[in-house]
Amino acid sequence: MGDNGARQLIPRFSSRTFKWDAKTATYRIALDDGLRNVLGELMSQLLALLDDPGAPVMHRLFPPAYSQQTDLERQEEYRRLMQDDLVERHRDECRTVIASLAGKSLDEGQMLAWVKAVNSMRLVLGTYLDVQEDDPPRKPETPEESAYLWLSFLLEESVEALSHK
Amino acid sequence: MTYGFKAASSAPVGIVETDSLTGTSLPWKVIVWNDPVNLMSYVTFVLQKLFGYSKERAEKLMLDVHHKGKAVVSHGPREKAEMDVFRLHEHGLWATMEHDN
Repeated sequence: MGDNGARQLIPRFSSRTFKWDAKTATYRIALDDGLRNVLGELMSQLLALLDDPGAPVMHRLFPPAYSQQTDLERQEEYRRLMQDDLVERHRDECRTVIASLAGKSLDEGQMLAWVKAVNSMRLVLGTYLDVQEDDPPRKPETPEESAYLWLSFLLEESVEALSHK
Repeated sequence: MTYGFKAASSAPVGIVETDSLTGTSLPWKVIVWNDPVNLMSYVTFVLQKLFGYSKERAEKLMLDVHHKGKAVVSHGPREKAEMDVFRLHEHGLWATMEHDN
């Protein structure tokens, strides 16, 4: 799995990005405006990419449902019936992130949308960057590598918040 | 968004499910495969959320995925297996289904 880079480089950030507030039953967001803009930009890019779910870079978001080649017919039927729904759910999550980006807090549903959308963009970037299991951790050198690493951090923080509310 | 299949997927072991078309018991298994991007904490979280598994069970399955390359995360008739695969895909996990021979 993809923990190598994330775990080695993440300790540089120590803030709790999402903090559960029991009084309001929401997660308070601690992200500066610059990072909110970056996330909004990444979500807009993902929305645009979702217009072409068959593109190679989108493969990890739409893998085949059946393991065996012998189930090709069922696989085609699954794709025909389910792919549009899957695309639409990914779009909804991006739109939810964009719509809740400027706020101080997220409700449970918004938080789950953030988690899923952030992970989806990691999968797309990971495919684009051809990330491998045994890649050694290293400093990012391109905007895509920086975005991938930051989204990994954001995902860890989101899962942590959801698990320890 | 609803997760109407959650109750069915977390049914206690021992309840025999039957495929409405073939009449055979538990004919499909759903497999999660290792991939170089997904984070261990995220995979554990998704398995808990979708199947109602305890943290310990979800972590064991996640570690099987990580170390052995794959793990069977659910069984059931074709319709349920397809829905499980769909929900796993919705969460970005690399999941497929195949006959449980």
